[in-house]
Amino acid sequence: MIRNDAGVHPNLSFDQAPPFGVPLRFLLTAPWFGVAAGLLLAWSGKSAVATRWSADALAVTHLLVAGYLLQAMSGALFQFVPVAAGGNVWRPRLVAAIVHPLFIVAAIVLAAGFLSFDGRLLRLAAGLFAPAVLILVSIVGMALLCTPARGATVMTLRLAVGGLAVTVALGVVLAEGLAGSHGWPLIAMTNVHAAWGLGGWALMLVLGVSYFVVPMFQLTPPYPASFARWASIALVGVLVVWTLQLSGAPPDWLPLVWLAGFAVAGAYAGLTLSLQQRRRRRVTDPTFLFFRGAMACLFVAFVSAGLMLLWPDLGQDPRAAWWLGVLVIAGGFVSLVNGMAYKIVPFLCWLHLQRLAGIGGIVPNMREMLTERAQKNQLRLHFVAVALLLAATFYPKAVVPGGVVFAVASAWLGWNLIGAARRYRVFKGRGFARVASQGS
Amino acid sequence: MQATEVLPDHHRTCDDIFVDAEKSAMAGRWQECAQTYGHFRREIAAHFSTEEQVLFPAFEAASGSSMGPTQMMRLEHAQMNTLMHMLDTTIAACDRDGFAGAAETLLIMMQQHNMKEENILYPMCDRALAGRSLPLREELANRAAPCPT
Repeated sequence: MIRNDAGVHPNLSFDQAPPFGVPLRFLLTAPWFGVAAGLLLAWSGKSAVATRWSADALAVTHLLVAGYLLQAMSGALFQFVPVAAGGNVWRPRLVAAIVHPLFIVAAIVLAAGFLSFDGRLLRLAAGLFAPAVLILVSIVGMALLCTPARGATVMTLRLAVGGLAVTVALGVVLAEGLAGSHGWPLIAMTNVHAAWGLGGWALMLVLGVSYFVVPMFQLTPPYPASFARWASIALVGVLVVWTLQLSGAPPDWLPLVWLAGFAVAGAYAGLTLSLQQRRRRRVTDPTFLFFRGAMACLFVAFVSAGLMLLWPDLGQDPRAAWWLGVLVIAGGFVSLVNGMAYKIVPFLCWLHLQRLAGIGGIVPNMREMLTERAQKNQLRLHFVAVALLLAATFYPKAVVPGGVVFAVASAWLGWNLIGAARRYRVFKGRGFARVASQGS
Repeated sequence: MQATEVLPDHHRTCDDIFVDAEKSAMAGRWQECAQTYGHFRREIAAHFSTEEQVLFPAFEAASGSSMGPTQMMRLEHAQMNTLMHMLDTTIAACDRDGFAGAAETLLIMMQQHNMKEENILYPMCDRALAGRSLPLREELANRAAPCPT
């Protein structure tokens, strides 16, 4: 154990990364939930667009948020907590080995439960998610609480982990309600559950990670300290007020709270775009483009929410939920995850090969692990899918090609990431040359 | 004044020179790239050696441990040196793709390393070395100065 008398904290992790397989297993799994969601959309056709309450829409949404995003974001947490927050995650390999398969099975059972409207399956999914999330939240939360590191990233990551716990707790109660165990207000509870999942967990995590990676990847100015401090607090405030609708009839001003949630996302997106305009590194790579696309989608979602509040007819149209859902989930969060995966996976391949090769050992760089061309082509297809899905708001038939293209783009991402992992394995088996001046 | 006050600014200086070198390489201006990259190499070498020979020993003496964070930082310096050797080769060969890949890898490694130092290690050093003044600014300037020809 490290001595503690000079400020060297015993819980501080200075290691660069958890074992390679820990984040990798989550990141390699995530895109295949996108494939399933895209195919289901194409198969279900217009019904997913018509109302957010259709079985197809609920199944597709949960394949994306409880499958794709939860996998990718859990993998990112295992990676970022030690690296960005100095947190020591207890036995990450063991925790990942328990949580990862539980998440996979739970998400599949959940989607099957919605498609079949079988309360037993929903209850089973809840029974799988609950212990898995409890373990993840406890272990990662403990690492984040014990780290001596301070700052906006640490605080925001802590709140995100709390947001995940609230989301899943509400999800379990909802599953019980849908299975007929209680008569609580399911629509209000669904709205609160969705807000905590998309705002308290996904957006909060994205905020915390962005404070770290946006300046890192493009050498932008840092996020203003006041924004980094207050955005997460404002988001929690909005969510707490939004949750009050569970206690009785919704007040008239509730839509303003809804808009305030979008405003946090819009402010984050606008600020990120502005910081990226001022980047010192002018090289444009696929991750940067994914970020730009995601920020544009989040900002348009905020503007759309404002317009929906101004013209209630717009907001009450059942297709409004589809429009916002595509912008926030497929255009926003999935794009961000896609772009981040293109940095995280090749970098980890390099980092872990480098460790094996030892100092002076020559290992393939990130672009030799995963070519920029493959990333850019997949990026184009992903945004074509997002555009088609948005077009489906007005031309519902577009949901079929949109779903197919989204599935292909997700499969392509999965294939690209598997390719990088395969190259890692090949180079690992080959042995390593050494740089001339440090050679043996 | 904190003991490590000058080091974060020097990180930014190194970053700026590095992205200039990357920009030249991407534009195929290899002579300019070699010149700028040479400047970057001198500055980063000065930074590493100032940390390894001045700051880390002082911190290790104060904390009584040389196996903690400073050990990891030395390892990361060595990893970055390996990447910089690879960049030397790509510049000599005017290899744009090779440069781009190695530069991207180095950039992430370097930024991750800098953030760990700035957010965690330097504050620890400042606490451990409170009240002491280390000649870090002078060391950086002397070590980065080009060799007289």
